[in-house]
Amino acid sequence: METADLFTELRSLGLGERLLTGDAQLAAFGSDALTAFHQRPLAVAVVESAAEVAAVVRLCHRRAVPFVARGSGTSLSGGSLPVGEGIVIALNRLDRVLSVDPDARTAVVEPGVINLAVSAAAAPHGLAYAPDPSSQSVCTIGGNLAFNSGGAHCLKHGMTSNHVLGLCVVLPDGEVVDLGGDSTEHVGPDWTAMFSGCEGLFGIAIEATLRLVPIPESVRTALAVFDSLERAGDAVAAIVGAGLVPVAMEIMDPLAIEAAEASVSPGYPRGGALLIVELEGEEEVVEGELAAVEGLLRDCGCAEMRTTADPDERALIWKGRKSAFSAVGWLSPDYIVQDGVVPRTRLGEALREIERLGAERGIRVANVFHAGDGNLHPLILFDGREAGAVERAEELAAEILALCVELGGSITGEHGVGVEKREYMKLMFSAADLALMEDVRAAVDPGRLANRGKMLTPPPPAASRSAAAA
Amino acid sequence: MKHEIPVEELGVRGPLMADPIAACVHCGFCLPSCPTYVTMGEEMDSPRGRIFLIKEVLEGKLEVELAQPYLDNCLGCQACETACPSGVRYGELITEFRGRVEPRRRRPVAERARRELALRTLPHGKRFRAAARAGAVARKLRAAVPRTVRPMVDLLPERLPPARPLPCRFAAQGERRARVALLAGCVQQQLDPEIGWAAGRVLARNGVEVIVPAGQGCCGSLAMHSGEAEGARRLARRNLAAFPEDVDAVITTAAGCGSGMKEYGALFLGEPEEAQAGALAGRTRDVADFLYALGLAEPPPALACPRRVAYQDACHLAHAQKVTAPPRRLLSAIEGLELLEPAEAGLCCGSAGIYSLERPEVAAELGERKARNLLATGAAILASGNIGCLTQLQSHLARLGHPIPALHTVQVLDRAYSRTL
Repeated sequence: METADLFTELRSLGLGERLLTGDAQLAAFGSDALTAFHQRPLAVAVVESAAEVAAVVRLCHRRAVPFVARGSGTSLSGGSLPVGEGIVIALNRLDRVLSVDPDARTAVVEPGVINLAVSAAAAPHGLAYAPDPSSQSVCTIGGNLAFNSGGAHCLKHGMTSNHVLGLCVVLPDGEVVDLGGDSTEHVGPDWTAMFSGCEGLFGIAIEATLRLVPIPESVRTALAVFDSLERAGDAVAAIVGAGLVPVAMEIMDPLAIEAAEASVSPGYPRGGALLIVELEGEEEVVEGELAAVEGLLRDCGCAEMRTTADPDERALIWKGRKSAFSAVGWLSPDYIVQDGVVPRTRLGEALREIERLGAERGIRVANVFHAGDGNLHPLILFDGREAGAVERAEELAAEILALCVELGGSITGEHGVGVEKREYMKLMFSAADLALMEDVRAAVDPGRLANRGKMLTPPPPAASRSAAAA
Repeated sequence: MKHEIPVEELGVRGPLMADPIAACVHCGFCLPSCPTYVTMGEEMDSPRGRIFLIKEVLEGKLEVELAQPYLDNCLGCQACETACPSGVRYGELITEFRGRVEPRRRRPVAERARRELALRTLPHGKRFRAAARAGAVARKLRAAVPRTVRPMVDLLPERLPPARPLPCRFAAQGERRARVALLAGCVQQQLDPEIGWAAGRVLARNGVEVIVPAGQGCCGSLAMHSGEAEGARRLARRNLAAFPEDVDAVITTAAGCGSGMKEYGALFLGEPEEAQAGALAGRTRDVADFLYALGLAEPPPALACPRRVAYQDACHLAHAQKVTAPPRRLLSAIEGLELLEPAEAGLCCGSAGIYSLERPEVAAELGERKARNLLATGAAILASGNIGCLTQLQSHLARLGHPIPALHTVQVLDRAYSRTL
């Protein structure tokens, strides 16, 4: 039997018992953090070396078996959803920080390293890894690369792609190539930028050289309460308009605050929309900027304000913010996390419209977002046990994304397209755009084996270009 | 997480499983907190994975036998509950599921025998002392002991301290500030009777009258957390009868017992004793939690020479009962005591009730990891709030060649009061 042959070959690569094929094993790997989708794979290869990744991919290529890379399985767009007739390559045991170079301010890591572990390894040298997705205590660098992950502090520091200097990648045919290098100034096309955010379509990173940033001398976090989301949004525009660049600006609405309080009790000031502004840098500069920010917040009608430099208090503020998605589980049995982007100048308008759309359908929407870069995360609350509730929630989600595009934004800020938002690509791109993307992908992976079904809708077999390209 | 579990068919106890499953959003925040995910690195051995497997079994999509090995690997430490942003009550889920499956489970004869032996010996003082004597003989004949029973023999102490039954009452010193009933604890009374005495003395010194009700017995936690729900109820009924209602609190000194007694409400859900069990659960408090809330009447005298003490959270205190600050604050109240925090503080030591008997390899890996973290602090004394953890850690510290004393939090306080620390 063909499957049995495949398993034998995979085991003979040295995987042995680390090739999981049992029902319970496959069931557990069937979903990532988006449980609306579930698919048991054919098998899971729990790899323990970069060489094993390459060997498994080569075998998959030779036998035309699709494969999906997985780290901690925290994708919110179904980015690591298995393919039914494919293999999952579990990278979580490739979790070594291979080296930290404090002078060059770089770290070389394996793809299964947890985001926060990079900063932990860099901390003794006074350095940190800047991109901080809310799931940073769990999510792995491999997934961060594939989805060009952002985070609250990316407002100043930039997304994952801004922090990748070099990559060692297994291409979908098993060839191992180096992209970029260990310096910011390399010659030729910026291949690492192309790979970052490709959602795994161009293969699997097995090693990454990351840029580290100095831990700031001083950090101040301000919490400001406004009587409406719109006013909080205006304050964000005012701060940016004044030429200030806080490291993070986040807004949470009362429902999101309620969830965070139920979960980790961060003790946020209550009474309206909460704006969190964080400043970092040299002590003197931060003091000056903080005074300016406080002035602007007051001008914008801030009802209550609190500022802290205490590390424990700051940790709790961010714990509350970063737990917000999962914390919504306290308020509602089910919810959809959306991830749209609007131009910062149209934030107030977008929020007003989202509120109207939700009210129209009688659906509660909690809002928590990276206000500084216009990245909205509306959380659409519903009870899946009610007939038609899922459909109504999905309709609202679709309308919100359409709204974002209409206002000049996009369908994803950082969670990626995955399987979840594949159909919405049409809202942003013309048929010709999508065909070009498909051509680029097919040039790298004619068999469409790497993370098949993510980001791009698979073309119907008859119209498949893979035969022509192959 | 959406599920298709036929909740109605599961009866009154159904929500104990269906609710946590519904609350789980599969975000994965629990993964790095889980001792088996950290050491085994596979999704089935993570809390999120286990919740999914239980869901599949209850939905009829997966044979329970296939899920069982991964559910058995769970230590029940509940570290995942501390990490969970969605408030999933994983402890209730796994306890209920185990209780449901165990009676119908067909275990190999040797495994069943070991389980029965453990659960029928540990809770009973006389049987446990007899077993310890037999164990001392068996240790010399280790090669002849059946392989399944060897972990039990290895874990039995070289020799037990002399039995020192607790008095029926410790009178409050000075003005009486509270009146409590103390759970003596079964295993603890045999392995380290000083803990109960220390608790009585420290409470009394702080104006608390302590009664030790006659007729009490094992709290049933070991059985409850191993899926033997009926056995647990049998033991718990004795305590329902023995513990009076007219006390300010029922005090436990072993974290496992405290967490177990706080689960009496769930244990007796749908049973005639439900209300009474819920009330006893509501009165149950860990000794450190109670004492800290009451406030020390006066702190212990300053230590003559400074002591470095590492505090190790017992999972059933920190994760199951959410008691983390009180023991630390009580210890910090001792002038001259430097409190140290080991790395990976939230990770289970591997003791976990009868887990260390049933899964000795996993328990040993965790025990050694924990002992190394403790030694790295440079502490001269280890403090914790659970007899199981103290025994496990002491054994691994000794194996690493550094047998530093492992004391219960109240023992540290007691010795500080009596200037013998």
